[in-house]
Amino acid sequence: MSIVEGASATLAAGPEPEPPSVVMARKPLSRGRLIWNRLAHTPRFWIGAVAMGTIVLWAVLGPVFYPIDAFSRDPLNMGMGPTQLHWFGTNNIGQDIYAQTLIGLQKSLVIGLIAGPLGTLIAAIVGSVAGYLGGIVDNVLVWVINLLLVLPSFILLVILSPLFEDLSWIFLTVFLAGFSWMIMAQVIRSQTRSLRGRDFVKAARYMGVPMPTILARHIIPNLASLLIIDATLGVVAMIMAETSLSYFGFGIRAPDVSLGTLLSEGTAAAVTRPWLFVFPAGVLIATLFAVSLIGDALRDAVDPTSGVNRD
Amino acid sequence: MVFYTLRRFVNYFILSAIATCLAYVVASLALDPAAKYYGRNPQPSAHVIENILNGLGVNPDVPVLVRLWNWILTLVTQGSLGDTVGGKSVVAEIVTRSGVSLQLLLLGSIIGAILGVVLGVWGAVKQYSLSDQTVTYSSYLVFATPTFVIGVLLMIGATMLNGIVGAQLITFTGSYSAGMTGSWWDLLVDRGVHLLLPTIALVLTGAASYSRYQRSVMLDVLASDYIRTARSKGRSRNSALVRHGVRVALIPMSTFFAYSFGTLVSGSIMLEIVFSFHGMGEFTLQAITQSDINAVAGSTLFLAVLVLFSSTLSEILYAALDPRVRN
Repeated sequence: MSIVEGASATLAAGPEPEPPSVVMARKPLSRGRLIWNRLAHTPRFWIGAVAMGTIVLWAVLGPVFYPIDAFSRDPLNMGMGPTQLHWFGTNNIGQDIYAQTLIGLQKSLVIGLIAGPLGTLIAAIVGSVAGYLGGIVDNVLVWVINLLLVLPSFILLVILSPLFEDLSWIFLTVFLAGFSWMIMAQVIRSQTRSLRGRDFVKAARYMGVPMPTILARHIIPNLASLLIIDATLGVVAMIMAETSLSYFGFGIRAPDVSLGTLLSEGTAAAVTRPWLFVFPAGVLIATLFAVSLIGDALRDAVDPTSGVNRD
Repeated sequence: MVFYTLRRFVNYFILSAIATCLAYVVASLALDPAAKYYGRNPQPSAHVIENILNGLGVNPDVPVLVRLWNWILTLVTQGSLGDTVGGKSVVAEIVTRSGVSLQLLLLGSIIGAILGVVLGVWGAVKQYSLSDQTVTYSSYLVFATPTFVIGVLLMIGATMLNGIVGAQLITFTGSYSAGMTGSWWDLLVDRGVHLLLPTIALVLTGAASYSRYQRSVMLDVLASDYIRTARSKGRSRNSALVRHGVRVALIPMSTFFAYSFGTLVSGSIMLEIVFSFHGMGEFTLQAITQSDINAVAGSTLFLAVLVLFSSTLSEILYAALDPRVRN
């Protein structure tokens, strides 16, 4: 519209033609830059990131600024509601719920932050190898993936957990990661299959670059955004799995404390002394909410047309 | 279409059979059914223990694969899954307990799916409206809450409500009031009241994920040409949305339903335990804590059959909704 008006205006003004100007194209944005720009304009991302940063800081520094130890008992304040002395109240043997919540939060965060990315790593390796090699390897790996998908992982974990009692939460972390990668591996596999036929991959192959290098240098970086999203949302899934298992007595065991064991202890009295349950639950929900906001914002930034969480 | 569905069914069938066998093997290797008898006082003689273990078919001296083979054989020939350590038939236990579990699971998944679809379509049609935003953020919040937490929070809420009303309005322990007598109507109402909270929890989790997915699929559909065509040939907006929009948007939903069914099952098992229902969840946990191999294998089989049925059902639904698959 404005161009036409401008043209007719110059025509009306007189015979002086404007010198043709060369329109300089802007330097194209790199993909990372583009994603970052989109992220920076998503309020959800900032809410999630700030909340998550605060929670992590709180989990690390909280105990330093709180005088009461998580396991010491206060015989004068047993089963008390929140007071100035005990911010989240105490349980029936006088242990401080605030201090315990922080310790539990630390453990749950560590498990989530390790198991989530670990699951993604397994998915990336298995998926890209299966997709890249094809043939028998592919068939076998796909079969394994399908099998793991139908295996009742909960029952397996519960059965196997006594065997690994000494390793406690490390075993749990590895196990959770070991049962969380299958769907993502399928996605990576199909993406790799399409990347495999692209010229830059072919060129690398014909130059004799070995397979692991091709995967690490050409395939995985092209799927990086997918993997980052998966790792982020994996943290949510893993924390949730850990708390649920611990809640039913099969995940984290004493003397370790996680949000799940705290919730499990708080349930019995949840109705009469709600602070035993409500505070750890609130912290858990806030953490998961923050991480999932980040994950969703990431997904939208990477693929604005993407399905599940489009706005 | 029959061939297609059959092929998918066979695929799922083989997978669940393998899963069950593997679970049997793992359970046999990891659980020690004899330990419980050695711990008794007075300790039964080795001979007696051996007899008991042989009777259950769980004697650790017999190779695992032989035991697995016997287990499969009795399952196929007699339709029996062996006995529990308590001496009851596993099949009978599963039959009585699965009623409780299926009640909750079916109610929760069906209501959840319908509510999710309705909310999702509504959100897509009224995109960015206040109600859409509310539903979106509430579903994020539900996503971020483990199922058992929802259950316990509902309990706390119900207790507070009971306190405010001053009467036992909502009861939530067990699936019925023990020792209650009255007409069948009273008993039915009693069961309904007990089911209320776990069903709400299950519906919430289901509806949260279905509504997100349905909304995004529906947004894609709304932007497509055939909706415009339907409008331009004179269909009203609502009719175009329902006849041409929702139907198409339901196709990917049927696959999503199959994927999410496993999550729903584990959610409902957790809720059963939280609300102390005597269902399959409790049965499975007891089986594991009592080192009851037959019961563990039986409940794994039950879960596998559930997943098998839901996957096949969703394939049939898919084929029914999408004519392209039928040929």
